[in-house]
Amino acid sequence: MPAVSIKNLRKTYESGAQALKGVDLTVEEGEFFALLGPNGAGKTTLIAILSGLALKSEGAVRVFDASIDEDPNLAKTYIGLVPQEFNFNIFEKVIDIVTTQAGYYGIPHTVALKDAEPILKVLDLWEKRDQKAMALSGGMKRRLMIARALIHHPRLLLLDEPTAGVDVELRRSMWDFLRERNAAGTTIILTTHYLEEAEQLCKRVAIINHGQIVVNEPTSDLIKRHGDQRLEDIFISLIQKDAQTNV
Amino acid sequence: MSPSRIATAYFTLVRKEVIRMTRIWSQTFLPSVITMSLYYAIFGTFIGSQIAPTDGFSYIQFIVPGLVMMAVITNAYSNVVSAFFGAKFQRNLEELMVSPTPAWVIVAGFASGGVLRGLIVGVLVLLTSLFFTHLVIYNLFIIMAAALLTCILFSLAGLLNGLFAKTFDAVSIVPTFVLTPLTYLGGVFYSVNRLPPFWRELSFFNPILYIVNLFRYGFLGISDVPVIESFALLSALTVALLVLLLVLFKRGVGLKS
Repeated sequence: MPAVSIKNLRKTYESGAQALKGVDLTVEEGEFFALLGPNGAGKTTLIAILSGLALKSEGAVRVFDASIDEDPNLAKTYIGLVPQEFNFNIFEKVIDIVTTQAGYYGIPHTVALKDAEPILKVLDLWEKRDQKAMALSGGMKRRLMIARALIHHPRLLLLDEPTAGVDVELRRSMWDFLRERNAAGTTIILTTHYLEEAEQLCKRVAIINHGQIVVNEPTSDLIKRHGDQRLEDIFISLIQKDAQTNV
Repeated sequence: MSPSRIATAYFTLVRKEVIRMTRIWSQTFLPSVITMSLYYAIFGTFIGSQIAPTDGFSYIQFIVPGLVMMAVITNAYSNVVSAFFGAKFQRNLEELMVSPTPAWVIVAGFASGGVLRGLIVGVLVLLTSLFFTHLVIYNLFIIMAAALLTCILFSLAGLLNGLFAKTFDAVSIVPTFVLTPLTYLGGVFYSVNRLPPFWRELSFFNPILYIVNLFRYGFLGISDVPVIESFALLSALTVALLVLLLVLFKRGVGLKS
Protein backbone atom coordinates (compact mmCIF):
# COMPACT_ATOMS: atom_id res chain seq x y z
CA MET A 1 0.00 0.00 0.00
CA PRO A 2 1.45 3.43 -0.88
CA ALA A 3 2.11 5.81 1.99
CA VAL A 4 0.78 8.68 -0.11
CA SER A 5 -1.36 8.53 -3.20
CA ILE A 6 -2.27 11.78 -4.92
CA LYS A 7 -4.40 12.00 -8.03
CA ASN A 8 -5.12 15.13 -10.07
CA LEU A 9 -4.56 17.42 -7.10
CA ARG A 10 -5.45 21.02 -7.83
CA LYS A 11 -5.35 24.05 -5.61
CA THR A 12 -6.59 27.49 -6.58
CA TYR A 13 -6.42 30.19 -3.92
CA GLU A 14 -9.14 32.81 -3.48
CA SER A 15 -6.86 35.29 -5.24
CA GLY A 16 -7.12 33.08 -8.33
CA ALA A 17 -3.51 31.90 -8.09
CA GLN A 18 -3.16 28.25 -9.10
CA ALA A 19 -0.68 26.62 -6.73
CA LEU A 20 -1.21 23.05 -7.91
CA LYS A 21 -2.34 22.16 -11.43
CA GLY A 22 -3.20 18.48 -11.45
CA VAL A 23 -0.49 16.77 -9.44
CA ASP A 24 -0.25 12.97 -9.57
CA LEU A 25 2.16 11.46 -7.09
CA THR A 26 2.71 8.18 -5.31
CA VAL A 27 5.11 7.67 -2.42
CA GLU A 28 5.66 4.08 -1.40
CA GLU A 29 5.76 3.01 2.23
CA GLY A 30 9.29 3.16 3.64
CA GLU A 31 10.58 5.57 0.99
CA PHE A 32 12.76 8.58 1.70
CA PHE A 33 11.29 10.91 -0.87
CA ALA A 34 12.42 14.39 -1.91
CA LEU A 35 10.01 16.97 -3.22
CA LEU A 36 12.05 19.70 -4.80
CA GLY A 37 11.16 22.90 -6.54
CA PRO A 38 11.90 26.62 -6.64
CA ASN A 39 10.13 29.06 -4.31
CA GLY A 40 6.42 29.23 -5.05
CA ALA A 41 6.43 25.95 -6.98
CA GLY A 42 3.72 24.41 -4.81
CA LYS A 43 5.72 22.25 -2.37
CA THR A 44 4.43 23.83 0.83
CA THR A 45 0.85 23.90 -0.51
CA LEU A 46 1.08 20.19 -1.25
CA ILE A 47 2.43 19.48 2.25
CA ALA A 48 -0.27 21.71 3.78
CA ILE A 49 -3.05 19.81 1.97
CA LEU A 50 -1.58 16.46 3.01
CA SER A 51 -1.38 17.49 6.66
CA GLY A 52 -4.82 19.13 6.84
CA LEU A 53 -3.69 22.75 6.98
CA ALA A 54 -5.08 23.71 3.58
CA LEU A 55 -8.12 22.71 1.56
CA LYS A 56 -7.72 21.24 -1.88
CA SER A 57 -9.78 22.51 -4.81
CA GLU A 58 -9.92 19.20 -6.66
CA GLY A 59 -8.44 15.71 -6.71
CA ALA A 60 -8.01 12.73 -4.42
CA VAL A 61 -5.46 12.25 -1.65
CA ARG A 62 -4.91 9.12 0.40
CA VAL A 63 -2.50 8.59 3.28
CA PHE A 64 -2.04 4.84 3.69
CA ASP A 65 -5.62 3.51 3.92
CA ALA A 66 -7.26 6.84 4.76
CA SER A 67 -8.74 9.33 2.33
CA ILE A 68 -8.32 12.92 3.52
CA ASP A 69 -11.92 13.55 2.43
CA GLU A 70 -13.59 10.52 3.98
CA ASP A 71 -11.49 10.02 7.10
CA PRO A 72 -9.29 13.08 7.61
CA ASN A 73 -8.68 12.38 11.29
CA LEU A 74 -7.38 8.86 10.59
CA ALA A 75 -5.10 10.29 7.90
CA LYS A 76 -3.78 12.80 10.43
CA THR A 77 -2.87 10.07 12.92
CA TYR A 78 -0.41 8.70 10.35
CA ILE A 79 1.35 12.01 9.76
CA GLY A 80 3.99 13.93 11.67
CA LEU A 81 4.64 17.40 10.29
CA VAL A 82 7.75 19.53 10.63
CA PRO A 83 6.71 22.86 9.12
CA GLN A 84 8.97 25.36 7.47
CA GLU A 85 8.53 28.06 10.13
CA PHE A 86 8.65 27.80 13.91
CA ASN A 87 5.06 27.53 15.05
CA PHE A 88 5.26 26.52 18.70
CA ASN A 89 4.46 28.79 21.62
CA ILE A 90 7.81 30.28 22.60
CA PHE A 91 6.57 30.88 26.17
CA GLU A 92 6.06 27.16 26.77
CA LYS A 93 8.65 24.73 28.08
CA VAL A 94 10.20 22.22 25.68
CA ILE A 95 8.64 19.27 27.50
CA ASP A 96 5.21 20.90 27.52
CA ILE A 97 5.31 21.59 23.78
CA VAL A 98 6.04 17.94 23.08
CA THR A 99 3.61 16.41 25.58
CA THR A 100 0.80 18.79 24.65
CA GLN A 101 1.16 17.71 21.04
CA ALA A 102 0.94 14.10 22.21
CA GLY A 103 -2.24 14.98 24.09
CA TYR A 104 -3.84 16.23 20.89
CA TYR A 105 -3.31 12.74 19.50
CA GLY A 106 -5.01 11.25 22.54
CA ILE A 107 -1.83 10.12 24.30
CA PRO A 108 -2.16 10.58 28.09
CA HIS A 109 0.27 12.99 29.77
CA THR A 110 2.06 10.29 31.78
CA VAL A 111 2.62 8.16 28.67
CA ALA A 112 3.73 11.21 26.68
CA LEU A 113 6.31 12.08 29.34
CA LYS A 114 7.83 8.59 29.03
CA ASP A 115 7.71 8.69 25.22
CA ALA A 116 9.28 12.14 25.10
CA GLU A 117 12.43 11.13 26.99
CA PRO A 118 14.13 8.97 24.30
CA ILE A 119 13.11 11.36 21.53
CA LEU A 120 14.43 14.41 23.33
CA LYS A 121 17.59 12.55 24.31
CA VAL A 122 18.41 11.46 20.78
CA LEU A 123 17.78 15.00 19.55
CA ASP A 124 19.99 16.37 22.31
CA LEU A 125 17.18 18.35 23.94
CA TRP A 126 16.63 16.37 27.14
CA GLU A 127 18.77 18.72 29.22
CA LYS A 128 16.73 21.65 27.90
CA ARG A 129 13.34 20.10 28.62
CA ASP A 130 12.43 22.56 31.37
CA GLN A 131 13.56 25.63 29.44
CA LYS A 132 11.15 27.86 27.60
CA ALA A 133 11.33 27.48 23.84
CA MET A 134 12.32 31.12 23.44
CA ALA A 135 15.63 30.32 25.17
CA LEU A 136 16.65 27.74 22.56
CA SER A 137 19.05 28.36 19.71
CA GLY A 138 17.82 28.17 16.11
CA GLY A 139 19.16 24.64 15.69
CA MET A 140 17.52 23.48 18.91
CA LYS A 141 14.21 24.96 17.80
CA ARG A 142 14.46 22.97 14.55
CA ARG A 143 15.11 19.80 16.54
CA LEU A 144 12.22 20.60 18.86
CA MET A 145 9.93 20.71 15.84
CA ILE A 146 11.15 17.26 14.84
CA ALA A 147 10.65 15.92 18.38
CA ARG A 148 7.12 17.31 18.43
CA ALA A 149 6.34 15.70 15.08
CA LEU A 150 7.59 12.30 16.26
CA ILE A 151 5.87 12.11 19.65
CA HIS A 152 2.89 10.13 18.35
CA HIS A 153 5.12 7.73 16.35
CA PRO A 154 3.87 8.70 12.89
CA ARG A 155 4.23 6.32 9.95
CA LEU A 156 4.76 9.27 7.61
CA LEU A 157 7.02 12.22 8.39
CA LEU A 158 6.58 15.41 6.35
CA LEU A 159 9.64 17.64 6.56
CA ASP A 160 9.24 21.08 5.02
CA GLU A 161 12.76 22.48 4.82
CA PRO A 162 13.76 21.09 8.22
CA THR A 163 17.41 22.16 8.02
CA ALA A 164 16.90 25.73 6.80
CA GLY A 165 19.34 27.99 8.62
CA VAL A 166 21.02 25.09 10.43
CA ASP A 167 24.83 24.89 10.51
CA VAL A 168 26.64 22.14 8.59
CA GLU A 169 27.54 20.02 11.61
CA LEU A 170 24.03 20.01 12.99
CA ARG A 171 22.59 19.38 9.55
CA ARG A 172 24.76 16.28 9.20
CA SER A 173 23.64 14.98 12.59
CA MET A 174 20.02 15.58 11.60
CA TRP A 175 20.62 13.61 8.41
CA ASP A 176 21.90 10.67 10.48
CA PHE A 177 18.86 10.88 12.71
CA LEU A 178 16.47 10.95 9.75
CA ARG A 179 18.25 8.05 8.06
CA GLU A 180 17.79 6.00 11.24
CA ARG A 181 14.07 6.86 11.39
CA ASN A 182 13.68 5.88 7.76
CA ALA A 183 15.57 2.62 8.32
CA ALA A 184 13.22 1.91 11.22
CA GLY A 185 10.29 2.08 8.81
CA THR A 186 9.11 5.69 8.82
CA THR A 187 8.25 7.00 5.37
CA ILE A 188 9.74 10.46 4.90
CA ILE A 189 8.84 13.21 2.46
CA LEU A 190 11.39 15.99 2.47
CA THR A 191 11.27 19.38 0.82
CA THR A 192 14.53 21.25 0.80
CA HIS A 193 16.50 23.88 -1.03
CA TYR A 194 19.73 22.09 -0.13
CA LEU A 195 19.93 19.73 -3.08
CA GLU A 196 22.96 18.00 -1.63
CA GLU A 197 20.66 17.00 1.23
CA ALA A 198 18.16 15.41 -1.14
CA GLU A 199 20.97 13.69 -3.04
CA GLN A 200 22.41 12.25 0.16
CA LEU A 201 19.18 11.17 1.79
CA CYS A 202 16.48 10.44 -0.75
CA LYS A 203 16.09 7.37 -2.89
CA ARG A 204 13.46 9.01 -5.06
CA VAL A 205 13.06 12.60 -6.10
CA ALA A 206 10.23 14.61 -7.62
CA ILE A 207 10.63 18.11 -8.95
CA ILE A 208 7.62 20.40 -8.93
CA ASN A 209 7.46 23.63 -10.88
CA HIS A 210 4.54 25.97 -11.47
CA GLY A 211 2.27 23.51 -9.66
CA GLN A 212 3.13 20.53 -11.84
CA ILE A 213 5.44 17.55 -11.34
CA VAL A 214 8.11 17.73 -14.03
CA VAL A 215 10.29 14.86 -12.82
CA ASN A 216 9.59 11.86 -10.61
CA GLU A 217 12.13 9.04 -10.57
CA PRO A 218 14.77 7.34 -8.43
CA THR A 219 17.56 9.76 -7.55
CA SER A 220 20.24 7.44 -8.94
CA ASP A 221 18.40 7.06 -12.29
CA LEU A 222 17.96 10.82 -12.61
CA ILE A 223 21.65 11.45 -11.99
CA LYS A 224 22.70 8.65 -14.36
CA ARG A 225 20.36 9.94 -17.08
CA HIS A 226 22.04 13.32 -16.87
CA GLY A 227 25.57 12.01 -17.22
CA ASP A 228 26.37 11.82 -13.51
CA GLN A 229 25.93 15.54 -12.97
CA ARG A 230 25.27 16.86 -9.49
CA LEU A 231 21.57 17.00 -8.55
CA GLU A 232 21.89 20.77 -8.20
CA ASP A 233 22.98 21.15 -11.85
CA ILE A 234 20.25 18.79 -13.04
CA PHE A 235 17.66 20.73 -11.03
CA ILE A 236 18.72 24.08 -12.52
CA SER A 237 18.72 22.77 -16.08
CA LEU A 238 15.30 21.14 -15.65
CA ILE A 239 13.76 24.27 -14.14
CA GLN A 240 15.22 26.44 -16.90
CA LYS A 241 13.97 24.02 -19.55
CA ASP A 242 10.51 24.02 -17.95
CA ALA A 243 10.51 27.82 -17.86
CA GLN A 244 11.31 27.96 -21.60
CA THR A 245 8.52 25.46 -22.33
CA ASN A 246 6.03 27.54 -20.32
CA VAL A 247 7.06 30.71 -22.19
CA MET B 1 -10.35 8.62 17.71
CA SER B 2 -11.69 6.52 20.55
CA PRO B 3 -13.71 8.24 23.31
CA SER B 4 -10.78 7.98 25.75
CA ARG B 5 -8.42 9.59 23.24
CA ILE B 6 -10.97 12.33 22.57
CA ALA B 7 -11.20 12.94 26.32
CA THR B 8 -7.40 13.15 26.53
CA ALA B 9 -7.29 15.66 23.66
CA TYR B 10 -10.02 17.75 25.33
CA PHE B 11 -8.31 17.79 28.73
CA THR B 12 -4.97 18.60 27.08
CA LEU B 13 -6.55 21.66 25.49
CA VAL B 14 -8.22 22.71 28.76
CA ARG B 15 -5.00 22.12 30.73
CA LYS B 16 -3.07 24.29 28.29
CA GLU B 17 -5.66 27.05 28.67
CA VAL B 18 -5.61 26.86 32.47
CA ILE B 19 -1.80 27.03 32.51
CA ARG B 20 -1.91 30.02 30.17
CA MET B 21 -4.47 31.97 32.17
CA THR B 22 -2.84 31.27 35.54
CA ARG B 23 0.62 32.14 34.17
CA ILE B 24 -0.68 35.63 33.31
CA TRP B 25 -3.04 35.94 36.30
CA SER B 26 -2.35 39.64 36.67
CA GLN B 27 -3.84 40.15 33.21
CA THR B 28 -6.64 37.60 33.48
CA PHE B 29 -8.01 37.57 37.03
CA LEU B 30 -6.90 40.81 38.65
CA PRO B 31 -8.16 43.65 36.38
CA SER B 32 -11.86 42.85 36.79
CA VAL B 33 -11.53 42.63 40.58
CA ILE B 34 -9.92 46.07 40.72
CA THR B 35 -12.35 47.65 38.23
CA MET B 36 -15.41 46.22 39.98
CA SER B 37 -14.10 47.30 43.38
CA LEU B 38 -14.04 50.85 42.02
CA TYR B 39 -17.61 50.46 40.73
CA TYR B 40 -18.71 49.13 44.13
CA ALA B 41 -17.00 52.00 45.95
CA ILE B 42 -17.96 54.87 43.65
CA PHE B 43 -21.35 53.89 42.25
CA GLY B 44 -22.43 51.60 45.04
CA THR B 45 -21.23 53.32 48.18
CA PHE B 46 -20.55 57.01 47.40
CA ILE B 47 -23.27 57.73 44.83
CA GLY B 48 -25.54 54.79 45.69
CA SER B 49 -26.06 56.02 49.25
CA GLN B 50 -27.94 58.99 47.77
CA ILE B 51 -30.19 56.88 45.54
CA ALA B 52 -33.57 55.57 46.71
CA PRO B 53 -33.90 51.78 47.15
CA THR B 54 -35.20 49.72 44.22
CA ASP B 55 -37.88 47.16 45.16
CA GLY B 56 -36.64 47.29 48.72
CA PHE B 57 -32.98 46.74 47.89
CA SER B 58 -30.19 49.30 48.33
CA TYR B 59 -28.57 50.60 45.13
CA ILE B 60 -25.37 48.65 45.70
CA GLN B 61 -27.33 45.43 46.22
CA PHE B 62 -29.18 46.21 42.99
CA ILE B 63 -26.03 46.70 40.89
CA VAL B 64 -23.87 43.86 42.29
CA PRO B 65 -25.43 41.10 40.10
CA GLY B 66 -25.11 43.24 36.97
CA LEU B 67 -21.50 44.10 37.72
CA VAL B 68 -20.64 40.45 38.36
CA MET B 69 -22.29 39.54 35.07
CA MET B 70 -20.40 42.33 33.31
CA ALA B 71 -17.13 40.82 34.53
CA VAL B 72 -18.25 37.31 33.56
CA ILE B 73 -19.21 38.38 30.03
CA THR B 74 -16.03 40.38 29.41
CA ASN B 75 -13.72 37.68 30.74
CA ALA B 76 -15.33 34.71 29.04
CA TYR B 77 -15.31 36.57 25.73
CA SER B 78 -11.84 38.06 25.91
CA ASN B 79 -10.24 34.84 27.15
CA VAL B 80 -11.33 32.87 24.13
CA VAL B 81 -10.85 35.57 21.52
CA SER B 82 -7.33 36.36 22.73
CA ALA B 83 -6.29 32.73 23.23
CA PHE B 84 -7.63 31.63 19.87
CA PHE B 85 -6.42 34.61 17.87
CA GLY B 86 -3.05 34.45 19.63
CA ALA B 87 -2.69 30.80 18.65
CA LYS B 88 -3.74 31.63 15.10
CA PHE B 89 -1.42 34.63 14.86
CA GLN B 90 1.61 32.74 16.23
CA ARG B 91 0.58 29.77 14.11
CA ASN B 92 0.67 27.33 17.04
CA LEU B 93 -2.97 26.60 16.25
CA GLU B 94 -1.43 24.44 13.52
CA GLU B 95 -0.37 22.01 16.28
CA LEU B 96 -4.05 21.32 16.80
CA MET B 97 -5.08 21.41 13.17
CA VAL B 98 -2.61 18.75 12.07
CA SER B 99 -3.77 16.49 14.90
CA PRO B 100 -6.80 14.21 14.71
CA THR B 101 -8.60 16.21 17.41
CA PRO B 102 -12.18 16.56 16.11
CA ALA B 103 -13.48 20.06 15.38
CA TRP B 104 -16.10 19.88 18.12
CA VAL B 105 -13.41 19.06 20.71
CA ILE B 106 -11.42 22.13 19.63
CA VAL B 107 -14.55 24.26 20.04
CA ALA B 108 -15.30 22.66 23.41
CA GLY B 109 -11.71 23.04 24.61
CA PHE B 110 -11.39 26.73 23.84
CA ALA B 111 -14.92 27.45 25.12
CA SER B 112 -14.12 25.60 28.37
CA GLY B 113 -11.16 27.91 28.92
CA GLY B 114 -13.48 30.91 28.60
CA VAL B 115 -16.09 29.33 30.87
CA LEU B 116 -13.49 28.63 33.56
CA ARG B 117 -12.10 32.15 33.48
CA GLY B 118 -15.58 33.69 33.42
CA LEU B 119 -16.66 31.64 36.44
CA ILE B 120 -13.45 32.23 38.41
CA VAL B 121 -13.57 35.99 37.82
CA GLY B 122 -17.31 36.00 38.59
CA VAL B 123 -16.70 34.35 41.97
CA LEU B 124 -13.80 36.73 42.75
CA VAL B 125 -15.86 39.80 41.87
CA LEU B 126 -18.79 38.48 43.89
CA LEU B 127 -16.58 37.84 46.90
CA THR B 128 -15.17 41.36 46.55
CA SER B 129 -18.71 42.75 46.81
CA LEU B 130 -18.89 41.36 50.35
CA PHE B 131 -16.55 44.16 51.43
CA PHE B 132 -19.24 46.66 50.39
CA THR B 133 -22.58 44.98 51.04
CA HIS B 134 -24.14 41.74 52.22
CA LEU B 135 -25.21 39.12 49.74
CA VAL B 136 -28.84 38.15 49.16
CA ILE B 137 -29.51 34.84 47.42
CA TYR B 138 -33.04 34.22 46.17
CA ASN B 139 -32.48 31.14 43.95
CA LEU B 140 -29.04 29.50 43.74
CA PHE B 141 -29.99 27.29 40.78
CA ILE B 142 -30.90 30.30 38.64
CA ILE B 143 -27.66 32.05 39.61
CA MET B 144 -25.53 29.06 38.64
CA ALA B 145 -27.46 28.26 35.47
CA ALA B 146 -27.39 31.88 34.31
CA ALA B 147 -23.66 32.21 35.02
CA LEU B 148 -22.81 28.96 33.23
CA LEU B 149 -24.98 29.63 30.19
CA THR B 150 -23.64 33.18 29.91
CA CYS B 151 -20.06 31.95 30.10
CA ILE B 152 -20.72 29.39 27.37
CA LEU B 153 -22.50 31.92 25.14
CA PHE B 154 -19.80 34.56 25.35
CA SER B 155 -16.97 32.04 25.10
CA LEU B 156 -18.49 30.84 21.84
CA ALA B 157 -18.97 34.43 20.70
CA GLY B 158 -15.30 35.10 21.45
CA LEU B 159 -14.34 32.04 19.45
CA LEU B 160 -16.38 33.27 16.49
CA ASN B 161 -14.61 36.62 16.72
CA GLY B 162 -11.22 34.89 16.91
CA LEU B 163 -12.05 32.72 13.92
CA PHE B 164 -12.68 35.68 11.64
CA ALA B 165 -10.17 38.11 13.14
CA LYS B 166 -7.21 38.85 10.93
CA THR B 167 -5.65 41.64 13.00
CA PHE B 168 -5.40 42.59 16.67
CA ASP B 169 -7.77 45.48 15.95
CA ALA B 170 -10.46 43.00 14.94
CA VAL B 171 -10.06 41.30 18.31
CA SER B 172 -10.78 44.48 20.26
CA ILE B 173 -13.51 45.99 18.05
CA VAL B 174 -16.37 43.80 19.29
CA PRO B 175 -15.63 44.13 23.04
CA THR B 176 -15.09 47.88 22.76
CA PHE B 177 -17.83 48.92 20.36
CA VAL B 178 -20.47 46.23 20.88
CA LEU B 179 -20.16 44.38 24.19
CA THR B 180 -19.32 47.32 26.45
CA PRO B 181 -22.14 49.63 25.22
CA LEU B 182 -24.68 46.78 25.28
CA THR B 183 -23.62 45.84 28.81
CA TYR B 184 -23.82 49.42 30.12
CA LEU B 185 -27.23 49.81 28.46
CA GLY B 186 -28.34 46.35 29.60
CA GLY B 187 -29.75 47.38 32.94
CA VAL B 188 -26.62 46.88 35.02
CA PHE B 189 -27.03 50.27 36.73
CA TYR B 190 -30.76 50.87 36.42
CA SER B 191 -34.13 49.22 36.02
CA VAL B 192 -35.44 49.71 32.46
CA ASN B 193 -38.88 50.29 34.00
CA ARG B 194 -37.59 53.72 35.00
CA LEU B 195 -36.78 54.67 31.40
CA PRO B 196 -39.08 56.67 29.07
CA PRO B 197 -41.26 54.33 26.94
CA PHE B 198 -39.15 54.64 23.75
CA TRP B 199 -35.86 53.77 25.47
CA ARG B 200 -37.56 51.09 27.51
CA GLU B 201 -38.91 49.36 24.38
CA LEU B 202 -35.54 49.74 22.65
CA SER B 203 -33.80 48.13 25.61
CA PHE B 204 -35.78 44.93 25.08
CA PHE B 205 -33.79 44.36 21.85
CA ASN B 206 -30.59 44.18 23.90
CA PRO B 207 -29.88 40.51 24.78
CA ILE B 208 -27.63 41.49 27.67
CA LEU B 209 -30.65 43.05 29.40
CA TYR B 210 -32.17 39.57 29.68
CA ILE B 211 -28.93 38.06 30.98
CA VAL B 212 -28.39 40.74 33.63
CA ASN B 213 -31.99 40.52 34.77
CA LEU B 214 -31.93 36.75 34.92
CA PHE B 215 -28.84 36.86 37.12
CA ARG B 216 -30.33 39.62 39.26
CA TYR B 217 -33.48 37.55 39.69
CA GLY B 218 -31.35 34.71 41.09
CA PHE B 219 -29.99 37.04 43.75
CA LEU B 220 -32.83 39.45 44.51
CA GLY B 221 -35.94 37.81 43.07
CA ILE B 222 -36.69 40.87 40.91
CA SER B 223 -36.48 41.23 37.12
CA ASP B 224 -37.59 43.64 34.39
CA VAL B 225 -38.24 40.72 32.02
CA PRO B 226 -39.82 37.27 32.47
CA VAL B 227 -37.28 34.70 33.69
CA ILE B 228 -38.46 32.03 31.25
CA GLU B 229 -37.97 34.41 28.33
CA SER B 230 -34.45 35.14 29.51
CA PHE B 231 -33.56 31.46 29.80
CA ALA B 232 -35.09 30.73 26.40
CA LEU B 233 -33.17 33.55 24.72
CA LEU B 234 -29.89 32.60 26.39
CA SER B 235 -30.29 28.94 25.45
CA ALA B 236 -31.35 29.70 21.86
CA LEU B 237 -28.42 32.06 21.27
CA THR B 238 -25.99 29.50 22.75
CA VAL B 239 -27.27 26.66 20.58
CA ALA B 240 -27.29 28.85 17.45
CA LEU B 241 -23.69 29.97 18.02
CA LEU B 242 -22.56 26.43 18.77
CA VAL B 243 -24.09 25.05 15.58
CA LEU B 244 -22.62 27.91 13.53
CA LEU B 245 -19.15 27.35 14.98
CA LEU B 246 -19.25 23.60 14.41
CA VAL B 247 -20.16 24.14 10.76
CA LEU B 248 -17.44 26.78 10.31
CA PHE B 249 -14.78 24.61 11.98
CA LYS B 250 -15.79 21.58 9.99
CA ARG B 251 -15.42 23.58 6.77
CA GLY B 252 -12.18 25.16 7.92
CA VAL B 253 -13.54 28.70 7.51
CA GLY B 254 -11.04 31.19 8.92
CA LEU B 255 -8.60 28.37 9.56
CA LYS B 256 -7.55 26.82 6.28
CA SER B 257 -6.53 28.59 3.09
